[in-house]
Amino acid sequence: MAKITFIDPTGNARTIDAEPGSTVMETAIKNDVPGIEAECGGACACATCHVYVDEAWREKVGGPTPMEEDMLDFGYDVKPNSRLSCQIKVSDELDGLVVRTPERQA
Amino acid sequence: MSDPIKTDVLIIGAGPVGLFAVFELGLLDIKAHLVDILDKVGGQCAELYPEKPIYDIPAIPKISAQGLVDALMEQIKPFGPQFHLNEMVESIERTGEPGFRVTTDGGKVFECKLVVIAAGGGSFQPKRPPMPGIEAYEGTSVHYAVRKMDAFRGKKILIVGGGDSALDWTLNLAPIASHLTLLHRRNEFRAAPDSVKKMMALVNEGKIDFVQGQVTGLEGANGQLTAANVKGNDSSTFHIACDTMLPFFGLTMKLGPVANWGLRLEEDLIPVDVSTFETSEPGIFAIGDINTYPGKLKLILSGFHEVALMSQKAHRYVYPEKKLTFQYTTSSSSLQKKLGVS
Repeated sequence: MAKITFIDPTGNARTIDAEPGSTVMETAIKNDVPGIEAECGGACACATCHVYVDEAWREKVGGPTPMEEDMLDFGYDVKPNSRLSCQIKVSDELDGLVVRTPERQA
Repeated sequence: MSDPIKTDVLIIGAGPVGLFAVFELGLLDIKAHLVDILDKVGGQCAELYPEKPIYDIPAIPKISAQGLVDALMEQIKPFGPQFHLNEMVESIERTGEPGFRVTTDGGKVFECKLVVIAAGGGSFQPKRPPMPGIEAYEGTSVHYAVRKMDAFRGKKILIVGGGDSALDWTLNLAPIASHLTLLHRRNEFRAAPDSVKKMMALVNEGKIDFVQGQVTGLEGANGQLTAANVKGNDSSTFHIACDTMLPFFGLTMKLGPVANWGLRLEEDLIPVDVSTFETSEPGIFAIGDINTYPGKLKLILSGFHEVALMSQKAHRYVYPEKKLTFQYTTSSSSLQKKLGVS
Protein backbone atom coordinates (compact mmCIF):
# COMPACT_ATOMS: atom_id res chain seq x y z
CA MET A 1 0.00 0.00 0.00
CA ALA A 2 1.08 3.56 -0.67
CA LYS A 3 -0.35 6.53 1.16
CA ILE A 4 -1.58 9.45 -0.93
CA THR A 5 -2.66 12.76 0.53
CA PHE A 6 -5.23 14.88 -1.30
CA ILE A 7 -5.44 18.53 -0.27
CA ASP A 8 -8.45 20.57 -1.41
CA PRO A 9 -8.27 24.31 -2.27
CA THR A 10 -9.37 25.24 1.25
CA GLY A 11 -6.46 23.28 2.75
CA ASN A 12 -8.37 20.22 3.95
CA ALA A 13 -6.17 17.16 3.69
CA ARG A 14 -7.18 13.53 3.40
CA THR A 15 -4.77 10.63 3.36
CA ILE A 16 -5.79 7.41 1.66
CA ASP A 17 -4.23 3.97 1.24
CA ALA A 18 -3.77 3.45 -2.47
CA GLU A 19 -3.21 0.18 -4.22
CA PRO A 20 0.03 -0.01 -6.22
CA GLY A 21 -0.82 -0.45 -9.89
CA SER A 22 -3.98 1.61 -9.70
CA THR A 23 -3.98 5.28 -10.62
CA VAL A 24 -4.23 8.33 -8.40
CA MET A 25 -7.55 9.14 -10.12
CA GLU A 26 -8.96 5.67 -9.38
CA THR A 27 -7.89 6.02 -5.77
CA ALA A 28 -9.71 9.36 -5.52
CA ILE A 29 -12.91 8.09 -7.16
CA LYS A 30 -12.99 4.89 -5.07
CA ASN A 31 -12.70 6.94 -1.92
CA ASP A 32 -15.05 9.75 -2.91
CA VAL A 33 -12.38 12.41 -2.85
CA PRO A 34 -14.18 15.60 -3.90
CA GLY A 35 -12.77 17.71 -6.72
CA ILE A 36 -11.85 14.83 -9.04
CA GLU A 37 -14.49 14.18 -11.70
CA ALA A 38 -12.82 11.86 -14.22
CA GLU A 39 -15.53 12.36 -16.82
CA CYS A 40 -13.85 10.13 -19.42
CA GLY A 41 -13.12 7.33 -16.99
CA GLY A 42 -9.36 7.46 -17.26
CA ALA A 43 -8.82 7.46 -21.02
CA CYS A 44 -6.75 10.65 -20.96
CA ALA A 45 -9.55 12.16 -23.03
CA CYS A 46 -10.62 15.06 -20.80
CA ALA A 47 -9.06 17.18 -18.09
CA THR A 48 -11.42 16.62 -15.18
CA CYS A 49 -9.00 14.73 -12.91
CA HIS A 50 -6.48 17.58 -12.90
CA VAL A 51 -4.24 17.81 -9.83
CA TYR A 52 -1.19 19.78 -8.74
CA VAL A 53 1.69 17.58 -7.65
CA ASP A 54 3.39 18.79 -4.48
CA GLU A 55 6.75 20.37 -5.35
CA ALA A 56 8.63 17.82 -3.23
CA TRP A 57 7.18 15.01 -5.38
CA ARG A 58 7.43 16.53 -8.84
CA GLU A 59 10.66 14.86 -9.81
CA LYS A 60 9.58 11.39 -8.67
CA VAL A 61 6.17 11.64 -10.31
CA GLY A 62 7.58 13.09 -13.51
CA GLY A 63 5.95 15.33 -16.09
CA PRO A 64 2.99 14.82 -18.38
CA THR A 65 3.24 12.91 -21.65
CA PRO A 66 2.57 14.88 -24.86
CA MET A 67 -0.96 13.45 -25.05
CA GLU A 68 -1.60 14.48 -21.46
CA GLU A 69 -0.24 17.98 -22.20
CA ASP A 70 -2.80 18.20 -25.00
CA MET A 71 -5.59 17.43 -22.58
CA LEU A 72 -4.23 19.84 -19.97
CA ASP A 73 -4.99 22.60 -22.52
CA PHE A 74 -8.61 22.12 -21.44
CA GLY A 75 -7.86 22.49 -17.73
CA TYR A 76 -8.40 25.43 -15.42
CA ASP A 77 -5.40 27.27 -13.98
CA VAL A 78 -2.85 24.82 -15.33
CA LYS A 79 0.55 25.18 -13.69
CA PRO A 80 3.98 23.66 -14.25
CA ASN A 81 3.18 21.00 -11.61
CA SER A 82 -0.17 20.11 -13.19
CA ARG A 83 -0.88 16.48 -14.02
CA LEU A 84 -3.92 14.41 -14.87
CA SER A 85 -4.33 12.03 -11.96
CA CYS A 86 -5.50 9.21 -14.25
CA GLN A 87 -2.02 9.19 -15.74
CA ILE A 88 -0.16 8.84 -12.42
CA LYS A 89 0.33 5.18 -11.52
CA VAL A 90 0.56 4.41 -7.83
CA SER A 91 3.70 2.54 -6.78
CA ASP A 92 5.57 1.92 -3.53
CA GLU A 93 7.94 4.63 -4.72
CA LEU A 94 5.12 7.15 -4.46
CA ASP A 95 4.25 6.22 -0.86
CA GLY A 96 3.55 9.55 0.83
CA LEU A 97 2.64 11.43 -2.37
CA VAL A 98 0.85 14.75 -1.87
CA VAL A 99 -1.43 16.23 -4.54
CA ARG A 100 -3.68 19.28 -4.48
CA THR A 101 -7.03 19.47 -6.26
CA PRO A 102 -7.74 22.66 -8.24
CA GLU A 103 -10.49 25.14 -7.54
CA ARG A 104 -12.47 23.76 -10.45
CA GLN A 105 -12.21 21.02 -13.01
CA ALA A 106 -12.62 21.67 -16.72
CA MET B 1 -36.25 21.29 -46.38
CA SER B 2 -35.34 18.30 -48.51
CA ASP B 3 -37.66 15.46 -49.45
CA PRO B 4 -38.31 13.06 -46.59
CA ILE B 5 -36.04 10.00 -46.47
CA LYS B 6 -38.08 6.84 -45.98
CA THR B 7 -36.66 3.97 -43.94
CA ASP B 8 -37.83 1.17 -41.66
CA VAL B 9 -35.72 2.28 -38.73
CA LEU B 10 -33.85 5.45 -37.89
CA ILE B 11 -30.97 4.83 -35.49
CA ILE B 12 -29.85 7.87 -33.53
CA GLY B 13 -26.17 7.46 -32.72
CA ALA B 14 -23.53 5.59 -34.72
CA GLY B 15 -21.48 4.27 -31.80
CA PRO B 16 -20.69 0.55 -31.50
CA VAL B 17 -24.18 -0.34 -30.31
CA GLY B 18 -25.95 1.68 -32.99
CA LEU B 19 -23.70 0.07 -35.60
CA PHE B 20 -24.42 -3.46 -34.38
CA ALA B 21 -28.14 -2.67 -34.48
CA VAL B 22 -27.77 -2.45 -38.27
CA PHE B 23 -26.57 -6.06 -38.23
CA GLU B 24 -29.28 -7.58 -36.05
CA LEU B 25 -32.04 -5.59 -37.77
CA GLY B 26 -30.55 -6.47 -41.15
CA LEU B 27 -30.76 -10.19 -40.43
CA LEU B 28 -34.49 -9.64 -40.00
CA ASP B 29 -34.77 -7.69 -43.29
CA ILE B 30 -35.16 -4.35 -41.56
CA LYS B 31 -33.34 -1.44 -43.21
CA ALA B 32 -31.77 1.36 -41.21
CA HIS B 33 -30.41 4.87 -41.59
CA LEU B 34 -28.15 6.30 -38.89
CA VAL B 35 -27.71 9.89 -37.74
CA ASP B 36 -24.74 11.06 -35.69
CA ILE B 37 -23.63 14.48 -34.53
CA LEU B 38 -19.94 13.63 -35.02
CA ASP B 39 -18.21 13.78 -38.40
CA LYS B 40 -17.33 10.08 -38.12
CA VAL B 41 -18.86 6.81 -36.99
CA GLY B 42 -17.87 5.07 -33.76
CA GLY B 43 -19.15 7.43 -31.08
CA GLN B 44 -17.03 7.59 -27.92
CA CYS B 45 -14.81 4.77 -29.20
CA ALA B 46 -13.73 6.90 -32.15
CA GLU B 47 -13.86 10.33 -30.53
CA LEU B 48 -12.56 9.77 -27.01
CA TYR B 49 -10.26 6.76 -27.00
CA PRO B 50 -9.60 5.33 -30.49
CA GLU B 51 -6.16 3.96 -29.53
CA LYS B 52 -7.20 2.47 -26.19
CA PRO B 53 -7.52 -1.30 -25.98
CA ILE B 54 -10.80 -2.94 -24.98
CA TYR B 55 -10.49 -6.30 -23.22
CA ASP B 56 -14.09 -7.34 -22.58
CA ILE B 57 -15.55 -7.97 -26.00
CA PRO B 58 -16.49 -11.67 -25.97
CA ALA B 59 -14.02 -13.85 -27.90
CA ILE B 60 -11.80 -10.86 -28.73
CA PRO B 61 -9.11 -10.79 -26.03
CA LYS B 62 -7.89 -7.35 -27.05
CA ILE B 63 -8.94 -4.79 -29.63
CA SER B 64 -8.45 -1.05 -29.94
CA ALA B 65 -11.61 1.06 -29.79
CA GLN B 66 -11.11 2.17 -33.39
CA GLY B 67 -10.39 -1.43 -34.36
CA LEU B 68 -13.74 -2.44 -32.91
CA VAL B 69 -15.50 0.28 -34.88
CA ASP B 70 -13.72 -0.75 -38.09
CA ALA B 71 -14.66 -4.39 -37.50
CA LEU B 72 -18.32 -3.46 -36.91
CA MET B 73 -18.36 -1.43 -40.12
CA GLU B 74 -17.05 -4.49 -41.97
CA GLN B 75 -19.64 -6.71 -40.30
CA ILE B 76 -22.61 -4.51 -41.23
CA LYS B 77 -21.49 -3.84 -44.81
CA PRO B 78 -23.86 -6.45 -46.31
CA PHE B 79 -26.83 -4.47 -45.03
CA GLY B 80 -25.87 -1.19 -46.71
CA PRO B 81 -26.52 1.18 -43.83
CA GLN B 82 -26.77 4.85 -44.76
CA PHE B 83 -25.09 7.41 -42.57
CA HIS B 84 -26.00 11.02 -41.95
CA LEU B 85 -23.03 12.46 -40.08
CA ASN B 86 -22.60 15.95 -38.62
CA GLU B 87 -26.32 16.03 -37.94
CA MET B 88 -28.22 16.17 -34.69
CA VAL B 89 -31.77 14.88 -34.38
CA GLU B 90 -33.90 17.71 -33.09
CA SER B 91 -37.42 16.40 -33.03
CA ILE B 92 -39.38 13.17 -33.20
CA GLU B 93 -43.04 13.43 -34.07
CA ARG B 94 -45.45 10.50 -34.07
CA THR B 95 -47.28 10.05 -37.35
CA GLY B 96 -48.69 6.57 -36.96
CA GLU B 97 -48.91 3.40 -34.88
CA PRO B 98 -46.06 2.98 -35.36
CA GLY B 99 -44.66 5.75 -37.51
CA PHE B 100 -42.48 8.76 -36.93
CA ARG B 101 -41.23 11.88 -38.61
CA VAL B 102 -37.74 12.77 -37.43
CA THR B 103 -36.05 16.09 -38.16
CA THR B 104 -32.37 17.01 -37.85
CA ASP B 105 -30.73 20.37 -37.26
CA GLY B 106 -29.44 20.19 -40.82
CA GLY B 107 -33.01 20.16 -42.13
CA LYS B 108 -33.16 16.47 -43.06
CA VAL B 109 -36.50 14.75 -42.55
CA PHE B 110 -36.91 11.01 -42.06
CA GLU B 111 -40.15 9.11 -42.27
CA CYS B 112 -39.66 5.85 -40.43
CA LYS B 113 -41.64 3.11 -38.77
CA LEU B 114 -39.42 2.90 -35.71
CA VAL B 115 -36.82 4.98 -33.90
CA VAL B 116 -33.87 3.39 -32.10
CA ILE B 117 -32.04 5.71 -29.73
CA ALA B 118 -28.41 4.60 -29.35
CA ALA B 119 -27.17 7.98 -28.20
CA GLY B 120 -24.72 6.79 -25.53
CA GLY B 121 -23.90 9.62 -23.14
CA GLY B 122 -25.84 12.06 -25.29
CA SER B 123 -24.54 14.24 -28.06
CA PHE B 124 -21.02 15.57 -28.31
CA GLN B 125 -21.13 19.32 -28.00
CA PRO B 126 -18.48 22.01 -27.56
CA LYS B 127 -17.27 22.18 -24.03
CA ARG B 128 -17.80 25.27 -21.92
CA PRO B 129 -14.32 26.25 -20.75
CA PRO B 130 -13.67 26.64 -17.04
CA MET B 131 -13.84 30.45 -17.03
CA PRO B 132 -15.79 32.04 -14.20
CA GLY B 133 -18.86 33.97 -15.37
CA ILE B 134 -18.67 32.87 -19.03
CA GLU B 135 -22.38 31.93 -19.12
CA ALA B 136 -23.36 35.60 -19.07
CA TYR B 137 -21.72 36.17 -22.46
CA GLU B 138 -22.76 33.02 -24.29
CA GLY B 139 -24.65 33.66 -27.50
CA THR B 140 -23.86 37.37 -27.43
CA SER B 141 -20.09 37.74 -27.16
CA VAL B 142 -18.94 34.17 -26.59
CA HIS B 143 -19.47 31.62 -29.36
CA TYR B 144 -18.51 27.96 -29.49
CA ALA B 145 -18.95 27.57 -33.22
CA VAL B 146 -18.91 29.74 -36.30
CA ARG B 147 -22.16 29.38 -38.22
CA LYS B 148 -21.87 32.47 -40.41
CA MET B 149 -18.43 33.98 -40.82
CA ASP B 150 -19.88 37.34 -41.73
CA ALA B 151 -21.23 37.74 -38.19
CA PHE B 152 -17.60 38.18 -37.13
CA ARG B 153 -16.69 40.87 -39.64
CA GLY B 154 -15.07 43.90 -38.02
CA LYS B 155 -14.98 42.28 -34.58
CA LYS B 156 -12.17 42.37 -32.09
CA ILE B 157 -11.81 38.63 -31.70
CA LEU B 158 -10.10 36.52 -29.07
CA ILE B 159 -9.71 32.87 -29.99
CA VAL B 160 -8.69 30.54 -27.17
CA GLY B 161 -7.23 27.08 -27.73
CA GLY B 162 -4.56 25.16 -29.56
CA GLY B 163 -6.42 22.52 -31.53
CA ASP B 164 -7.56 22.38 -35.13
CA SER B 165 -10.75 24.36 -34.52
CA ALA B 166 -8.87 27.20 -32.84
CA LEU B 167 -6.23 27.37 -35.56
CA ASP B 168 -8.65 26.93 -38.47
CA TRP B 169 -10.85 29.77 -37.27
CA THR B 170 -7.84 31.93 -36.54
CA LEU B 171 -6.79 31.56 -40.18
CA ASN B 172 -10.31 32.00 -41.55
CA LEU B 173 -11.36 34.97 -39.43
CA ALA B 174 -8.06 36.88 -39.50
CA PRO B 175 -8.88 38.62 -42.83
CA ILE B 176 -12.29 39.89 -41.70
CA ALA B 177 -11.67 40.67 -38.02
CA SER B 178 -10.75 44.21 -37.00
CA HIS B 179 -8.22 42.58 -34.70
CA LEU B 180 -7.56 38.97 -33.79
CA THR B 181 -5.65 37.46 -30.89
CA LEU B 182 -4.98 33.76 -30.49
CA LEU B 183 -4.45 32.76 -26.87
CA HIS B 184 -3.03 29.37 -25.98
CA ARG B 185 -1.51 27.90 -22.84
CA ARG B 186 1.79 26.96 -24.47
CA ASN B 187 3.65 27.28 -27.73
CA GLU B 188 2.95 23.71 -28.76
CA PHE B 189 -0.27 22.96 -30.58
CA ARG B 190 -2.54 19.98 -31.08
CA ALA B 191 -3.52 21.44 -34.43
CA ALA B 192 -2.07 20.33 -37.75
CA PRO B 193 1.53 21.62 -38.15
CA ASP B 194 0.63 23.29 -41.43
CA SER B 195 -2.05 25.42 -39.76
CA VAL B 196 0.41 26.38 -37.03
CA LYS B 197 2.91 27.44 -39.68
CA LYS B 198 0.33 29.60 -41.44
CA MET B 199 -0.75 31.13 -38.14
CA MET B 200 2.86 31.99 -37.21
CA ALA B 201 3.30 33.60 -40.62
CA LEU B 202 0.34 35.88 -39.91
CA VAL B 203 1.90 36.76 -36.55
CA ASN B 204 5.22 37.59 -38.23
CA GLU B 205 3.44 39.79 -40.76
CA GLY B 206 1.85 41.65 -37.85
CA LYS B 207 -1.65 40.67 -38.92
CA ILE B 208 -2.63 38.83 -35.73
CA ASP B 209 -1.31 38.41 -32.20
CA PHE B 210 -0.38 35.16 -30.56
CA VAL B 211 -0.30 35.25 -26.76
CA GLN B 212 0.59 32.49 -24.32
CA GLY B 213 -1.52 32.27 -21.21
CA GLN B 214 -4.82 31.23 -19.67
CA VAL B 215 -8.05 33.17 -19.21
CA THR B 216 -8.83 33.71 -15.52
CA GLY B 217 -11.86 35.96 -15.86
CA LEU B 218 -13.96 38.05 -18.21
CA GLU B 219 -14.91 41.72 -18.20
CA GLY B 220 -17.98 43.35 -19.64
CA ALA B 221 -21.60 44.10 -18.94
CA ASN B 222 -25.04 43.06 -20.21
CA GLY B 223 -23.64 40.17 -22.20
CA GLN B 224 -21.16 42.42 -24.00
CA LEU B 225 -17.58 41.36 -23.48
CA THR B 226 -14.91 44.08 -23.32
CA ALA B 227 -11.81 42.18 -22.22
CA ALA B 228 -10.42 38.91 -20.95
CA ASN B 229 -8.20 38.75 -17.90
CA VAL B 230 -5.25 36.55 -18.64
CA LYS B 231 -2.53 34.95 -16.59
CA GLY B 232 0.69 34.61 -18.52
CA ASN B 233 3.07 31.72 -18.17
CA ASP B 234 5.39 33.86 -16.04
CA SER B 235 2.39 34.39 -13.68
CA SER B 236 2.02 38.00 -14.85
CA THR B 237 -1.58 39.13 -15.32
CA PHE B 238 -2.87 41.31 -18.12
CA HIS B 239 -5.95 42.13 -20.20
CA ILE B 240 -6.74 41.36 -23.78
CA ALA B 241 -9.35 43.73 -25.17
CA CYS B 242 -11.99 41.96 -27.23
CA ASP B 243 -15.68 42.13 -28.04
CA THR B 244 -15.94 38.54 -29.22
CA MET B 245 -14.46 35.36 -27.83
CA LEU B 246 -14.30 31.93 -29.44
CA PRO B 247 -13.07 29.34 -26.94
CA PHE B 248 -12.28 25.86 -28.30
CA PHE B 249 -11.97 23.46 -25.39
CA GLY B 250 -12.92 20.18 -27.01
CA LEU B 251 -16.15 18.27 -26.84
CA THR B 252 -18.27 17.01 -24.01
CA MET B 253 -21.35 14.81 -23.92
CA LYS B 254 -24.68 16.39 -23.17
CA LEU B 255 -28.09 14.78 -23.15
CA GLY B 256 -29.21 17.42 -25.62
CA PRO B 257 -32.55 17.21 -27.41
CA VAL B 258 -33.29 13.67 -26.11
CA ALA B 259 -34.93 15.43 -23.18
CA ASN B 260 -37.50 17.01 -25.52
CA TRP B 261 -38.77 13.87 -27.20
CA GLY B 262 -41.56 13.16 -24.75
CA LEU B 263 -39.92 10.07 -23.27
CA ARG B 264 -39.99 9.18 -19.62
CA LEU B 265 -36.49 9.83 -18.22
CA GLU B 266 -34.77 8.77 -15.01
CA GLU B 267 -31.74 10.88 -14.16
CA ASP B 268 -31.13 11.67 -17.84
CA LEU B 269 -31.41 8.01 -18.84
CA ILE B 270 -34.26 6.34 -20.69
CA PRO B 271 -36.01 3.52 -18.81
CA VAL B 272 -36.80 0.53 -21.02
CA ASP B 273 -38.65 -2.79 -20.93
CA VAL B 274 -35.90 -5.40 -20.52
CA SER B 275 -37.51 -7.92 -22.85
CA THR B 276 -37.76 -5.54 -25.82
CA PHE B 277 -35.75 -2.41 -24.93
CA GLU B 278 -38.76 -0.35 -25.88
CA THR B 279 -39.21 3.01 -24.13
CA SER B 280 -42.38 4.46 -22.64
CA GLU B 281 -43.33 5.37 -26.23
CA PRO B 282 -44.34 2.34 -28.33
CA GLY B 283 -42.10 2.11 -31.39
CA ILE B 284 -39.22 4.06 -29.85
CA PHE B 285 -36.41 1.90 -28.51
CA ALA B 286 -33.34 2.81 -26.46
CA ILE B 287 -30.17 0.70 -26.46
CA GLY B 288 -26.67 1.06 -25.03
CA ASP B 289 -25.45 3.59 -22.48
CA ILE B 290 -28.47 5.87 -22.87
CA ASN B 291 -30.95 3.40 -21.35
CA THR B 292 -31.53 2.20 -17.82
CA TYR B 293 -33.14 -0.87 -16.23
CA PRO B 294 -32.57 -2.90 -13.07
CA GLY B 295 -29.01 -4.22 -13.16
CA LYS B 296 -27.95 -2.11 -16.15
CA LEU B 297 -24.23 -2.09 -16.89
CA LYS B 298 -22.78 0.46 -19.29
CA LEU B 299 -20.80 -2.08 -21.27
CA ILE B 300 -20.56 -2.47 -25.02
CA LEU B 301 -21.32 -6.16 -24.61
CA SER B 302 -24.57 -5.35 -22.79
CA GLY B 303 -25.49 -3.03 -25.64
CA PHE B 304 -24.97 -5.85 -28.14
CA HIS B 305 -27.35 -8.09 -26.20
CA GLU B 306 -29.92 -5.29 -26.06
CA VAL B 307 -29.69 -4.90 -29.83
CA ALA B 308 -30.60 -8.55 -30.44
CA LEU B 309 -33.73 -8.41 -28.28
CA MET B 310 -34.78 -5.01 -29.60
CA SER B 311 -34.64 -6.36 -33.14
CA GLN B 312 -37.12 -9.13 -32.35
CA LYS B 313 -39.71 -6.60 -31.24
CA ALA B 314 -38.86 -4.32 -34.17
CA HIS B 315 -39.66 -7.20 -36.53
CA ARG B 316 -43.16 -7.49 -35.08
CA TYR B 317 -43.77 -3.81 -35.88
CA VAL B 318 -42.23 -3.78 -39.34
CA TYR B 319 -43.65 -7.13 -40.50
CA PRO B 320 -46.79 -7.66 -38.37
CA GLU B 321 -48.03 -10.38 -40.76
CA LYS B 322 -44.81 -12.41 -40.83
CA LYS B 323 -44.00 -15.10 -38.32
CA LEU B 324 -40.44 -14.73 -37.09
CA THR B 325 -38.54 -18.01 -37.06
CA PHE B 326 -35.50 -17.98 -34.86
CA GLN B 327 -32.37 -18.85 -36.84
CA TYR B 328 -28.63 -19.16 -36.41
CA THR B 329 -26.16 -17.52 -38.80
CA THR B 330 -24.09 -20.72 -38.53
CA SER B 331 -26.71 -22.91 -40.16
CA SER B 332 -29.42 -20.81 -41.76
CA SER B 333 -29.01 -20.55 -45.52
CA SER B 334 -31.40 -17.60 -45.68
CA LEU B 335 -29.37 -15.63 -43.12
CA GLN B 336 -26.18 -16.55 -44.93
CA LYS B 337 -27.67 -15.27 -48.16
CA LYS B 338 -28.36 -11.90 -46.53
CA LEU B 339 -24.77 -11.83 -45.31
CA GLY B 340 -23.57 -12.62 -48.82
CA VAL B 341 -21.63 -15.70 -47.72
CA SER B 342 -23.71 -18.55 -49.12
